[in-house]
Amino acid sequence: MDLNFTTEEQLFREEVRGFLRAKLPAEISHKVLGGKRIEKSDFVRWQQLLNEQGWGAIAWPEAFGGTGWNAVQQHIFDEECADAGAPMQLPFGLKMVAPVIMEFGNPAQQQRFLPHIVDGSDWWCQGYSEPGSGSDLASLTTRAVREGDHYTVNGQKTWNTLGQYADWIFCLVRTSTEGRRQKGISFLLIDMKTPGITVRPIIMLDGEHEINEVWFEDVRVPLENLIGEENKGWTYAKFLLGHERTGIAGVGRSKRELKKLKEIAATETTNGRPLIEDQRFRDRIAQVELELMALEITNLRVISAEGEKKRAPGPEASILKIKGSEIQQMLSELQMQALGHYALPYTEEALEADWPGDPWMPDYADYAAPLSGHYFNYRKTSIYGGSNEIQRNIISQMILGL
Amino acid sequence: MDFNYTEEQLALQDTLRRFIARDYGFEHRRESAKSTDGFDRSAWKTFADFGILALPFPEGFGGLNGNAVDTMLVMEMLGRGLALEPYVSTVVLCGGLIRDAGSTEQKETLLPAVAGGELMLAFAHFESGSRYAVDHVATTATANGHGWKIDGAKAVVLGAPSADKLLVSAKDGKGISLFLVDAKIPGVTLRAYPTQDGARAADVKLAGVQVGADALIGTAGNALPAIERALDYANAALCAEAVGIMSALNEVTLEYLKTRKQFGQPIGKFQALQHRMADMVIATEQARSMATLAAVRADSADAAERSRSVAAAKAYVTQSARLVGQQAVQLHGGMGVVDELNVSHYFKRLTMIGLTFGDADYHLGRFSDTLTMPHECF
Repeated sequence: MDLNFTTEEQLFREEVRGFLRAKLPAEISHKVLGGKRIEKSDFVRWQQLLNEQGWGAIAWPEAFGGTGWNAVQQHIFDEECADAGAPMQLPFGLKMVAPVIMEFGNPAQQQRFLPHIVDGSDWWCQGYSEPGSGSDLASLTTRAVREGDHYTVNGQKTWNTLGQYADWIFCLVRTSTEGRRQKGISFLLIDMKTPGITVRPIIMLDGEHEINEVWFEDVRVPLENLIGEENKGWTYAKFLLGHERTGIAGVGRSKRELKKLKEIAATETTNGRPLIEDQRFRDRIAQVELELMALEITNLRVISAEGEKKRAPGPEASILKIKGSEIQQMLSELQMQALGHYALPYTEEALEADWPGDPWMPDYADYAAPLSGHYFNYRKTSIYGGSNEIQRNIISQMILGL
Repeated sequence: MDFNYTEEQLALQDTLRRFIARDYGFEHRRESAKSTDGFDRSAWKTFADFGILALPFPEGFGGLNGNAVDTMLVMEMLGRGLALEPYVSTVVLCGGLIRDAGSTEQKETLLPAVAGGELMLAFAHFESGSRYAVDHVATTATANGHGWKIDGAKAVVLGAPSADKLLVSAKDGKGISLFLVDAKIPGVTLRAYPTQDGARAADVKLAGVQVGADALIGTAGNALPAIERALDYANAALCAEAVGIMSALNEVTLEYLKTRKQFGQPIGKFQALQHRMADMVIATEQARSMATLAAVRADSADAAERSRSVAAAKAYVTQSARLVGQQAVQLHGGMGVVDELNVSHYFKRLTMIGLTFGDADYHLGRFSDTLTMPHECF
């Protein structure tokens, strides 16, 4: 039992830091650390830079271009990237569809899709939820009918994150209405340029265009884009969700946001003293920090155990998802609250990287402007990736056998 | 970074687990709690045989050179069994103080006796009116021709009724000193009582208690750092004990959810109860992480880092224990509030742990006050 990093691990951290200092573009980290709007080009550029280093997909098996790093190294990498202000690597290609393609796809699919995920040339999005199928995902009704050498897809997907930029979408579609509804679902990869696909924005409560509806009208998808076997898609879908939930702990990013919260609380003043010296507020920061300390160790315990057993993330990932999302929400709420009066102004232009500030507002308004929006936006974290109530169902059923 | 126990640690854990399951059943524990001592002296002898009374002492003084992670492992198992024996008072606190602050001669005399189970000790430190403040000592020690004269009163001294000797903190004009005081000598009076969790404690009056010069542990006026360290160590141990109890409580509660039927089905089929049980499991896993942190850092040479980690852990574990304890009682319905089942006893012990050597607010405050300190991780 040793919670200290070994000399090798510390050297590894230095290596990651060195890379980040040399390669992470300042104009990108400025946006991330300042809570500015991140463009598609920022995400893609960062993915390309990581790929050039051989770090494009650190968690993948080495056979597919991964790094072979152990759980602790991956944790250090995540932590350092977050701390330096690197954009998060979007999970849809790397952490969601890629593991499914590796596990259940055929060699042709692996060769065709995986290299474009790791080099950033293909942007993937997710086609799971539907207007009538949220937590009850197996009720989905988007139909795929096999006609000769292709499927014809009709239906509607929703809560599609950043699909406005996507080259590809992975979809759960209904290929059978017989028997148990989970038995009639298939997993299709669909080119977003295919005729019949329409992407319509959904504006979120913070005013941002982050999610979409995706409509399919007689969309022709070649049979070769089916993953695994027809009607076995539910198995692949559950496998994917297990992978999605681990990254969701978000420990590295929450540590960065905790640091930012402390900085804000040290800058803001109340009665002429820094807010962080106000015991009532400081205790609230302390409480979140306790939660985060515990989660960091729990996360390491879970991923270390998985690494030793060489198995995919199990239902323990639900614990990480629940605590991780709650902590992200608490941090964003305290950041907003720390601003006092300046939590109120809605300054959309402040999300632009080159916003010069507003002479009417205090100096700290530059970092202040996005924070209330983040709070509103982060209510999503306990809803997406399987709502926290669904996670509790998973714990009850899969861990506790209730 | 390594989250595994060593082979030796796993073997010790296994030994204790089997002992608790086979020889330290709940009914046996109930009888022990009702006895005069409030614990089982034969169990104490067994502890000596297992070597756990020697665990945290150096090999040169009859010890096993164990670290705080070893203590964590022991405490977790003692927690599962709701062990009543004053392990924390005698071994962790007083044994630790003698180990850290005592002279070679004192260590040679006292530590092997503790290790062998022949000497029981209690730490008479906290006083009424100062709550958990570690540095508040009104009891005085005055040097005289025969050694020292001690006057004062100590509050809720855990394990005092069975202690052969008390380790008493007192102000001597320069600072806080520690004295080894025979519990039976003139001037020492105990008002003994059971605690809510079935253990024993006493309020202690010290009126003109005369002790020799050799009763002073270490040097005069310098005991505070050792006391702080011992209390951090003890709090880390209590965190581990709480985690052991929470795990056991979750097991019995889960079993109850699966077997108790209402409305024609096991109550564990109801989602309201499932989610509560899930929250208890999450709280316990998180608490285990923090108890691990406390154990690893309790041995840290950096006092600030040690205190910060232990304070964080004790605050968090106490909050988790409150949730798990209260909800275990709630999920058991009426059976949760009767004396007959072990549930209420686990709950009471968890609650008392939370109030021993600083409550959640006190430790959250200690941690909160360090918030601006730089630290790499955790």
